Amino acid sequence: MMSWVIVALILLGTFLMFLAGLGIYRMPDVFTRMHASTKAASLGVGLLLLAASLYFWNMGITTKALTTIAFVFITAPVGAHMLGRAAYLRGACMWEKSVMDEAEGKLKLPKSAGEESSGSEK
Amino acid sequence: METSPLIVQAAWLGTTILAAGMFLAFVRLVLGPSLPDRVLAFDALAIMGVGALVLVAIATGHALFLDVALALALITFIGTVALAISLERGISK
Repeated sequence: MMSWVIVALILLGTFLMFLAGLGIYRMPDVFTRMHASTKAASLGVGLLLLAASLYFWNMGITTKALTTIAFVFITAPVGAHMLGRAAYLRGACMWEKSVMDEAEGKLKLPKSAGEESSGSEK
Repeated sequence: METSPLIVQAAWLGTTILAAGMFLAFVRLVLGPSLPDRVLAFDALAIMGVGALVLVAIATGHALFLDVALALALITFIGTVALAISLERGISK
């Protein structure tokens, strides 16, 4: 019974991570690619670590797996947020069928970046 | 410890599927039209590497690989944040 649960968790997790790779390959612009990779990959890692903690069935290993799950779930959105902000500020093109851009006029480059770039041009 | 040949076979099969996904992300890393695309593909490759390490831990029965997975997850986050900051502030030419 337990082994079937573990097999199901492994296959679902790998399928989600494969979907993340497929989304990165097929999606049209940076932001949709980020949407595909962050959520699917972190959920896939969570399911795989859950399968590992059920498989080894050991207090220390379960703690380690839960720590890794918590770390990935905390850091993946932070990293994606910073990367998306950097991509937007660098003027990444959006897909031509995008319907709204809520950050338009609200996000601006910090002053130091402008000074650095103008300084390097001279 | 729940040992069963079925779980080991499922773990190797999952490693194969994960390798296909890593190949697709690697194609995006090579093709990627802009720098944020490449950083994103690299981040996803590293997260898939964490998943592959967990699968190898299950398939071989060595729980030591989970430590490696945790360390890889830590280092990946620092790398992504550093690359995002350098993208935002501008890279000195």
